Amino acid sequence: MSDGKDKRQPETDAERAERLRAQAMTAPTISEDEFKTKSRRSFLVGGAAALAGVVGWKWIDMQPKVDRIPALLRTNHEVAEKVWRGLYRPGAMAPTFPISASGMPRANGRHGLREEIDLDAWSMQILNHTGQEIGRMDMDAIRALPKVEMTTELKCIEGWSQIVHWGGARFSDVAAMYPEASQREYVGLATPDGEYTVGMDMDSMMHAQTLLAYEMQGEPLQRWHGAPLRLVTPLKYGVKHIKRIGTVQFMDTRPEDYWAERGYDWYIGH
Amino acid sequence: MHWINFPLLTVMIWSGLLIYWAYDPYRIGWGSWTLVAFFPDAFYEALGLTRQLAKGMAYHYFFGVLFTLNGVFYILYTAISGEWRHLVPDRRDWKESFQVVLHDLRLRKEAPPQGRYNAAQKISYTGVIVMGIGSVLTGLAIYKPTQLALLTTLFGGYQSARTIHFILTVLYVLFFVVHIAQVARAGWSNFWSMVMGYERLPAEEATANTDTTDS
Repeated sequence: MSDGKDKRQPETDAERAERLRAQAMTAPTISEDEFKTKSRRSFLVGGAAALAGVVGWKWIDMQPKVDRIPALLRTNHEVAEKVWRGLYRPGAMAPTFPISASGMPRANGRHGLREEIDLDAWSMQILNHTGQEIGRMDMDAIRALPKVEMTTELKCIEGWSQIVHWGGARFSDVAAMYPEASQREYVGLATPDGEYTVGMDMDSMMHAQTLLAYEMQGEPLQRWHGAPLRLVTPLKYGVKHIKRIGTVQFMDTRPEDYWAERGYDWYIGH
Repeated sequence: MHWINFPLLTVMIWSGLLIYWAYDPYRIGWGSWTLVAFFPDAFYEALGLTRQLAKGMAYHYFFGVLFTLNGVFYILYTAISGEWRHLVPDRRDWKESFQVVLHDLRLRKEAPPQGRYNAAQKISYTGVIVMGIGSVLTGLAIYKPTQLALLTTLFGGYQSARTIHFILTVLYVLFFVVHIAQVARAGWSNFWSMVMGYERLPAEEATANTDTTDS
């Protein structure tokens, strides 16, 4: 076919065998002497390449660590973040599922939840970029916002996932209450005791499926799942779904993030 | 480009195992009976693969980019140089690949006609490229399951994409074992042809041949 035969005539077995034989003959061949010279050269080139590989590997390994991973790999995470933030489409929705496919996920991580708190006295503190308090919302205020229910897949960074039915308010509705203060690039969230922190980019926070959730599987959130209010967003792994939110701050600089400081990608997800 | 795959895939499999350790549900078995578990705890312990998920992800994402670029360059090179003609199987190669296997196992006397590579080689070398594309695509489906939700759905969902990604890796390892066995069987001279990209001919034949080849 490649050698311009009449395409209407199917090639016979013999013709094909002949064509293949001819193909094999076109393999670049050289004499025994030349082979010896070239094989020596190949050996040296191969050895040098292998050495370069080992040196490159050691070079990555010996780099100063930035938040517990080699600087080059941290930079790689940040470059990937730029690319994917550039490609971000706010209209792209995470898949949703029938409620019948959902179930309770396991409760992973107790950071920031160990202290007993009075749920009735709880309120979420809202801070502007300078750290000044600009508002507080209790559960009544959160419940007064339009309630959104969605059934999405919660993906743990460990690799497991669970389809969960959530109920709560959109974060974008909270941001709309602070039209001035929310014109920032990041949102930092923390538990009341400050032990667990999550940093989010504003695009992900304003996504229609990013909720301040107070219900899981149709029931009020349980303690170890983050009562009374937690973040839920199918755009990100479970590590970003901070439980028992204490403070929310609109920020210009990248907020601190418990797991990003322990070696994980800060941006992680989509 | 061919040789770079060995270190790249080694790093990808190693960092993949660091990630997989954190959640390792795969096994071959039926009901509660397990033939092979991926993997027993002793496996991770012996190879020092435990408790390094963040490190695994960092390496996997970086070397994944290199693996993808290498694959793109390889496919472009094969397409532009015309080398693909020697590698892409035609309809008859499927039947003949069985004959090659039978021949290799000494169950069949005559080998089917072949070009630079035999039918089984063409199918497996093209197949491993398709596997590579599959690994990159399932990898992306796991990496960005919302922005690339269509791709994730195409692979049957998030967990299904993970499973396919894992199976492909097991297939690489099997490919590698057979590949090495075949290279060893073909002998030292063939190995050097792999390294250099030339075939060796006895001196007198080579002189005759250089006149007729136009490569």
